[in-house]
Amino acid sequence: MVKYASISETRCAGSNPGRMERYSLLSLVRHARRYHENWQRAWRDPAPKKAYDIVIVGGGGHGLATAYYLAKVHGVTDVAVVEKGWLGGGNTGRNTTIVRSNYLRDESSHLYEFSLKLWEGLSQELNFNVMFSPRGVLYLGHNLHDMREIERRVNANRLNGIDAELLSTADVQKLVPLMSCSPNARYPVLGASLQRRGGIARHDAVAWGFARAADAQGVDILQRTEVTGVRCDNGAVAGVETSRGFIGARKVACVTAGNSGVLAAMAGLKLPIESRPLQALVSEPLKPCLDVVVQSSGVHCYVSQADKGDLVIGAGTDSYNGYGQRGSFSVIEHTLQAICELFPAFSRVRMNRHWGGIVDICPDACPIIGETPVRGLYFNCGWGTGGFKATPGSGYVFAETLAYERPHPLAAPFSLDRFATGALVDEHGAAGVAH
Amino acid sequence: MFRIRCPYCRELRSEEEFSYAGEAHIPRPEDPSSLSDAEWGEYLHTRTNPRGPHREMWVHTAGCRRYFNVLRDTLSYEILAVYLVGEMPPEREEAR
Repeated sequence: MVKYASISETRCAGSNPGRMERYSLLSLVRHARRYHENWQRAWRDPAPKKAYDIVIVGGGGHGLATAYYLAKVHGVTDVAVVEKGWLGGGNTGRNTTIVRSNYLRDESSHLYEFSLKLWEGLSQELNFNVMFSPRGVLYLGHNLHDMREIERRVNANRLNGIDAELLSTADVQKLVPLMSCSPNARYPVLGASLQRRGGIARHDAVAWGFARAADAQGVDILQRTEVTGVRCDNGAVAGVETSRGFIGARKVACVTAGNSGVLAAMAGLKLPIESRPLQALVSEPLKPCLDVVVQSSGVHCYVSQADKGDLVIGAGTDSYNGYGQRGSFSVIEHTLQAICELFPAFSRVRMNRHWGGIVDICPDACPIIGETPVRGLYFNCGWGTGGFKATPGSGYVFAETLAYERPHPLAAPFSLDRFATGALVDEHGAAGVAH
Repeated sequence: MFRIRCPYCRELRSEEEFSYAGEAHIPRPEDPSSLSDAEWGEYLHTRTNPRGPHREMWVHTAGCRRYFNVLRDTLSYEILAVYLVGEMPPEREEAR
């Protein structure tokens, strides 16, 4: 049985040193009277110090969350987050923002459920509106096998204390009137699972909220600072070479998603990871027409409507390794065929933008969290196609792993050595990972 | 999107006709039972995953259905060389 800190403990530990100006209705009114001219900048732009206790490589959601929880829960503030571009410019800003916890295996469902619970209080915790909207996540079944897998997963979720419901075709049609549930469809909708507590959030706000809150605790956020090498000394890490000079560190924590293999190679390591482009696209804004997240592995698409009205559509990964942050047109075509099959009304909607993120996929579609053969070098990677939902939970467990130099109980099953012991946590497909 | 010249069909065809088959040049250990768990795990799971030239296998699924090797840049997606199974990639200059 996994035991972990309750959510209330995570909220009250540490205190706000008061450097951060709190956002509130009152502060809005106060600033409005001064023509909004003197808002405090959300985070500082410090020069790098010579050395830090912990250097976190990668200023995406996971890295910033790690820094925040290190400072807030464990009081470790001698921390730098090193980012080669801008905050949240990697996969944090290149996903479809779906948050859910309905995974199949005990290990992963505990981890994602812990994260979902953090999401529920995150805007208050960070004093930053991350626009978490628990509107429900629907996962469709199109044949008997799909339905059996869905029933199995719903049962597994409920045994793990995660909300899950099984819906019939009529229930689905009632929930999503726009969806074509005709029995004559090539891939008819036979039913679905629904996690009502799942939903979407605002991706940028997650990075900014964690950055602002971490900065307020004294964490240095170094943007436009690219790591070019990892310096090791007698099998222990000594620091990182960057485009702004050498930065010493007692521990280096790599949270670099698709580029984890590149970072690992700098330290002379190889990881069981392959990096592939995963793309998504958004449409022009529409009036509200879809108020749940719809996923289907059978026809392979997922779609939700963001608060500003655009449809956010996810596609599959490219089949081959790649670091170019773009995807294939054949994948877009396939995805939009599926969307039009499910939502004939969307066939005339125009698409505005599409983008690709480089996802780091492990053989078992589960993350790697923890130490490496190089002393003091830690990795938190391999989140693959589903890392966004894990952002707060990933940061929380990784922070504890770094602070105490032993894995957080929820992170323990996801150590690097599972690829030698064979204790893989197989979540490919089984957990409704429509990529 | 890119096009691949199939070394058997000798035609430049769209990527969609082909299927990716993973990193090339990972020989199966001759005596698996003599390996340690770590060595076997490394054979099964660990990949070089480079950002740059990558030696990989493709199969011409919608064509001759034969496997061959490709040296492809994973950042620019440029195909640097196509060569047969059992061969090693030609030197970079030759490939151009």
